[in-house]
Amino acid sequence: MKSPLIALSLCLPLAAAAQPAPSDWQAVLAEADGQTVYWYAWGGSTATNDYIAWIGEQVAAHGVTLEHVKLTDTADAVTRVLSEREAGETEDGAVDLIWINGENFVAMKEADLLFGPFATDLPNYDLVADDPVVTTDFATPVEGMESPWAKAQFVFMYDSADTEAPSDMDALLDWTADNPGRFTYPQPPDFLGTTFLKQVLLSQVEDPSVLSQPVEDVDFEAVTAPLWEYLDALQPNLWRGGDAYPDSGPAQFQLLTDEEIDIAPSLSPGEASTAIANLQLPDTIRTFVPAGGTIGNASFLAIPFNSGSKAGAMVVANTILSPEAQLRGQDPDVLGYGTVLDLDALSPDTRQAFEDLDQGIATLSPDALGQALPEPHTSWSDAIEAEWIERYGAQ
Amino acid sequence: MRSRPSGSSVTARSDARARARVVPIILRLLPSLTLLAMLGPVAAGLAGAVLPAFGHLPAAGFDGPSLVAWERLFGWAGIGEATRLSLTTGFLATLGSLAIVTLITAGWWNTRVFGWLERALSPLLSVPHAAAAFGIAFLIAPSGWIMRLVSPELTGLSRPPDILVVGDPWGLSMTAGLIAKEVPFLLLMTLAALGQVRARAALELARSMGYGRVAAWLKAVFPQVYAQIRLPVYVVLAYSMSVVDVALILGPSTPATLSVQIVRWMSDPDLAMRLVASAGAILQLGLVVGALALWRLAEWLVGLWGTGWAGGGGRGRPLDASRPVALGLAGLSACATLAGLAALGIWSVAGLWRFPDALPDALSLRSWTRHAAGLGDAIGDTALVALSATAMALLLTIGCLEAEFRRGRTIGRFALWLLYLPLIVPQTAFLPGLQTFLLRLGADRGTLPVIAAHLVFVLPYVFLSLGDPWRAWDRRQAVAAAALGASPGRVLLAVRLPMLLRPLLVAGAIGIAVSVGQYLPTLLIGGGRVATLTTEAVALSSGGDRRAIGVFGLAQTLAALLPFTLAALLPALLWRNRRGLHG
Repeated sequence: MKSPLIALSLCLPLAAAAQPAPSDWQAVLAEADGQTVYWYAWGGSTATNDYIAWIGEQVAAHGVTLEHVKLTDTADAVTRVLSEREAGETEDGAVDLIWINGENFVAMKEADLLFGPFATDLPNYDLVADDPVVTTDFATPVEGMESPWAKAQFVFMYDSADTEAPSDMDALLDWTADNPGRFTYPQPPDFLGTTFLKQVLLSQVEDPSVLSQPVEDVDFEAVTAPLWEYLDALQPNLWRGGDAYPDSGPAQFQLLTDEEIDIAPSLSPGEASTAIANLQLPDTIRTFVPAGGTIGNASFLAIPFNSGSKAGAMVVANTILSPEAQLRGQDPDVLGYGTVLDLDALSPDTRQAFEDLDQGIATLSPDALGQALPEPHTSWSDAIEAEWIERYGAQ
Repeated sequence: MRSRPSGSSVTARSDARARARVVPIILRLLPSLTLLAMLGPVAAGLAGAVLPAFGHLPAAGFDGPSLVAWERLFGWAGIGEATRLSLTTGFLATLGSLAIVTLITAGWWNTRVFGWLERALSPLLSVPHAAAAFGIAFLIAPSGWIMRLVSPELTGLSRPPDILVVGDPWGLSMTAGLIAKEVPFLLLMTLAALGQVRARAALELARSMGYGRVAAWLKAVFPQVYAQIRLPVYVVLAYSMSVVDVALILGPSTPATLSVQIVRWMSDPDLAMRLVASAGAILQLGLVVGALALWRLAEWLVGLWGTGWAGGGGRGRPLDASRPVALGLAGLSACATLAGLAALGIWSVAGLWRFPDALPDALSLRSWTRHAAGLGDAIGDTALVALSATAMALLLTIGCLEAEFRRGRTIGRFALWLLYLPLIVPQTAFLPGLQTFLLRLGADRGTLPVIAAHLVFVLPYVFLSLGDPWRAWDRRQAVAAAALGASPGRVLLAVRLPMLLRPLLVAGAIGIAVSVGQYLPTLLIGGGRVATLTTEAVALSSGGDRRAIGVFGLAQTLAALLPFTLAALLPALLWRNRRGLHG
């Protein structure tokens, strides 16, 4: 009778080692030492890639080696974890950390593919602002299953040398009629492209509150009718007549620089300033928010259930929440992302450093950005994307 | 030969028997092992696509058989367009490159101009498809280099025109990019074939009878050459129909080509989409098989018509008017790739470069230093995969050729077909299934599976490149060495391999270039953890950062070109005191 008990007692610490307890941070640090973390993150933005490399230098101090696996689509990482589980790989999967939000997060959370909750136990989480953008992701409660690292709000970039900023979404439509071929958006299912569609929907729908419900619960056709009406009017006046679209948000920089277009959407208020600093955009680019406001959301980090380096991944997530890393991320010369920290929770010096940060010439002040509108329920993205592809993506 | 004693044939036969007895077991197994390494993954991949295509993928909760995958495939709004694109780009690119190569050799073979063109086109063979495609995209886009050079002076434009060039819905830019890359390939294959046929004699005879230069070639030489390059032409057709990286860079997106869509379905978070991807893979295979059959039929019809045309006795002198056209087209194809690479180079060191400036405001090494770390990692992975795959391919190839030599048997027509099979079966048809198959084995990531997947494509090229020089080696050297007491193994290591150093290095360089250029096998089999210069460059293309693309595209090209330079320089250096071995 003794031996099973001994075996059981031997198993317990082993199980604990395989699943580090986020609340015991010293143990996490000890376990992380020597681990290699494969961070699956979209690799299309040079600025982000550089920032991730810098984070890698920071976590090296804890003995963590960070490898950035550059994706063309975050869904690739989700597929990877999903297929590993199907194949019985539950101990040491390929993915240790994913840059994630929205539908991919919800898909993974609902399929029990995530490790956690861990985020609220990270030491630096105490500094994070208590903001709905950070605690819910596309109307789904985060519940500590992913750790925030940057805030974003949808804006439009425009070339002030060529045009004035339209005042609202209807004025944008009129502007494209007067300036055919000078506006475009990334091709859905690109994240920014889909966000643009949701932005149009939010601006055109009579009662935005229906969008917080799952698509199945509402009359999709009736609710989205004004969206398709808007897009049908927009379509012939798009760049290339809507026969081609940029692959991604940053791909629009080249089009703006080349004078191919004058207005394009952007996912973060500081992105344009960063691109100007990197010579990817001319310094005449500015941003605007149409009257009525724009969608805001946050970027998160999640750890798959089968990561073999969960402790290392948590160290990375915690490092990104450090005031130093957040300050660097907000610097338009580096990344230009909005910080997720609560400035009031910081030491006076650090707070001053954030306030002194030159936001860059193309970045709007918090007042001009206004309060971000909530993302529609996650089910809207897929539904709108599928309908868009049907209507415009596969003529 | 005539001076040898009359009993030589008897001795040769008993020699062969004696040799067969001493062929070590490992050497006897090598040909089978080679076939397994080359065709095993293709077979496993195709098999891995069939079951899911018919609704059987227990991992995703589908227990077939059912037609759900096909219903969803044909329910996709873009299926008609994507199918048409696959067929038109395939046929246009193959016809275009074959026509250019045939006309340029017909019109200019054995002239000084042809020599220049050959020297300009040969290095382009090793330029990876993705790099060439990037270069051409930078060149022909409405805001590309050509427009910049002529604007605003000639066009009066200070803004690029809003016309769809790169990514046009008919796939014409993509076809042009493919033609520019396939012309060097078919030209080199044609030159190799010319060594096998009596081209000069046939040509001179026909011309002495008053045939025009081009007509003489087409009537007397082309049929012999075509018989030799038929398989490479099939490779071009199958490749052009199913290519992914070039289609991502130059192809349309509303909708994308069938192969691009298959890769998208493979990466959908919804595992059920793998069924659709598998059905798409089978459809892609069917399209290629159908297109090859159609091409074969056309060969037969052209042959029928051509026999009559050749027998009709028309001297066809007016056909010589095609000579300048052929020269123009071949020159254009070489210039497009070269100028494209130059554009890549300039973007990689460009400061701000706005339209319509012909050159950037300032030059800087900023992009290179910025990407130095990422570039270093990618070069490491690229070199590891390319060198391992090429070393294995060389080892297997040498083993097969040596076994063939010692047994006194050469490979037949059937074996040649087998060798070409991995190049003809579309990558998108078997790689998705191979990934699913490896996943089940739990061996679906890391460098090793990627090396094995690269080997599938590296092996045929290494074998085809090394086979002829190997067989052309003067076997009396072996007899002399054996007479001095050397064992067959020693003959191989101490005599044959050193003498064949140059072809060995060239075969190795080709193997490395093939591996460096692989996009889909690295992406699908590596699970993202193996990042080569090619996958990094294509991943960057979605971000549209021309400087970053310039850096990685150029690095990718250099990685493929460097081994050829070494292959050209090393023998002269190593054998500086052995003049006879320089050739």
